[in-house]
Amino acid sequence: MIEIKNVSKQFNTADGFIEALKNVSISIPNGDIFGIIGMSGAGKSTLVRCINMLERPTEGAIEIDGVNLCELSESNLRNIRRDITMIFQGFNLLMQRNCLGNVCFPLELAGKSKSEAKKRALELLDIVGLGDKAKAYPAQLSGGQQQRVAIARALATNPKVLLCDEATSALDPTTTNSILELIRSINEKLGITVVIITHQMSVVESICKHVAILDKGEVVEQGEVTEVFSHPKSEAARHLVFPEGNFDSLLVNESEQRFIRVIFNGARATGSPLIAKMAVEKGIEANIAYASTKSIGGKAYGSMLLGVTDDNTIVNTAIRYLTNTPDVLAEEVRVNV
Amino acid sequence: MFNDLLSEATLNEAWRIIEAEFLTAIWETVYVTLLATAFSILIGLPLGVLLVVGEKDGVLPLPLWLLQALNIIINLLRSVPFLILMILVFPLTRLIVGTVVGTTASIVPLVIAAFPFVARLAESSLREVSPNTIEMAQSMGASPLQIITKVMIPESIPSLISNATIAVTTILGYSAMSGIIGGGGLGKIAINYGYYRYKYLIMIAAVVLLIILVQIFQSVGTRLAAKADKRLKKKST
Ligand SMILES: Nc1ncnc2c1ncn2[C@@H]1O[C@H](COP(=O)(O)OP(=O)(O)OP(=O)(O)O)[C@@H](O)[C@H]1O
Ligand SMILES: [Mg+2]
Repeated sequence: MIEIKNVSKQFNTADGFIEALKNVSISIPNGDIFGIIGMSGAGKSTLVRCINMLERPTEGAIEIDGVNLCELSESNLRNIRRDITMIFQGFNLLMQRNCLGNVCFPLELAGKSKSEAKKRALELLDIVGLGDKAKAYPAQLSGGQQQRVAIARALATNPKVLLCDEATSALDPTTTNSILELIRSINEKLGITVVIITHQMSVVESICKHVAILDKGEVVEQGEVTEVFSHPKSEAARHLVFPEGNFDSLLVNESEQRFIRVIFNGARATGSPLIAKMAVEKGIEANIAYASTKSIGGKAYGSMLLGVTDDNTIVNTAIRYLTNTPDVLAEEVRVNV
Repeated sequence: MFNDLLSEATLNEAWRIIEAEFLTAIWETVYVTLLATAFSILIGLPLGVLLVVGEKDGVLPLPLWLLQALNIIINLLRSVPFLILMILVFPLTRLIVGTVVGTTASIVPLVIAAFPFVARLAESSLREVSPNTIEMAQSMGASPLQIITKVMIPESIPSLISNATIAVTTILGYSAMSGIIGGGGLGKIAINYGYYRYKYLIMIAAVVLLIILVQIFQSVGTRLAAKADKRLKKKST
């Protein structure tokens, strides 16, 4: 259990006082995949860096399984950091070491013998699917492969928690998906708690169980992903669900409608044809209120907002129909303005 | 005074001197240069590390007064002209080597002149390591010493080698200058024969040899740096 208790963080800069985090409280259960989402500058990186004390909170406490990290000495903190490892947007591999050397790095820091470290590193490279790249240098790998090495490195010390700060933001959607898939399988197989920092809805939707929305240093909403995104209460949450920010006008003009959010996660079926097929097969007419989908290699990614007639049977049939399509998620969005 | 520069007599005489003295002189120059470089790195590299890690948001912040003192000493030493520095350090040279003349004695002022320069070169190499990489190491629980020895220095090796090459060639130039007051090697020959005895041919030969030495050091250094840099490797392996 990671408990972030009333954490505030202020920075004193030349331009004045910055309140990066304001009284943030989040509980992350063990074994969870927890998303923290927000706009640029919302304080996401600051928050995640507080979790492993790279940044000390100005106020509040970070407790991991009951241990308050803020009270630990530097050397105890260094030990506990082996339990809370991190992957980064820029991968941050050691460029002068090969993959094997990179994965051995945290083991060397922990004082493991060369041969022990090497054995474990090779196992880990196998787990992330790079068993044949042990001797390759980071410069010889693609971004996705580099992130895999970084993941293997982060797993080397058998951590309890894996922090991911925009770990997929530098990658294309297909690679993003394969990395998220890897993170998910690690979470399932090893039971590691995963904290995912991102500004992309799609990342949270495809992998997280819980989510907290951070806006200008404050948590404005948190809970189960489906719950939060289907009942966005805060301005920030609504902005994420309706990126165009035109929800209010939608609501006024089409008050007889209910809304279904459709998420494409590498689906074979693409947007409009799917809606057309639904009209033919189920006789449900849906109008596309908003769509932001991309087709990459014949697979669709992104999300769509459908308006359908305000009728329980129609809404439920549509959701069932859409959800039954592979790699498509659908849920009703209710906004009580 | 140049008209008999290429007469047969001068040529023969020059050749005799070259045969008799140049091999030793080259050896002395190389030996002084390499030894002085080694000592300069021994002192300069740790200083360079301190300059980087000791900063306010460095890995191992030093007291501000100490950091400033280091900076001032380095700047001071770097601003004294080499010939004057040589004379100024005579007492130290005598203390360490026992004499102030000769090849070995010239190593002392060379090191004093070069280590501040090497410290600055090392500083600039180490600053090339991305703060993100250092943060990664910290997030894995690396201690300041581990960050220095396992991240900062290994990650900047190619740049450190390039800068060491600059140091070697600069020290080679200084060592030639030390020939004016007691130092040995090619510099001494150039000055003794060329300046004091108007044997310009010998001077030119010595200078050409110095140029060749610089070229050799430089190309070996460049090659080593490129070979050490794993970022440049093509995708072929
Ligand atoms: N070391 C620092 N010194 C001063 N201000 C900082 C520091 N780190 C972060 N900030 C400020 O704190 C605020 C939050 O920054 P943070 O990096 O946490 O945002 P973020 O949500 O991660 O944004 P992004 O999505 O762009 O990465 C910003 O206003 C930033 O300028
Ligand atoms: Mg960030």
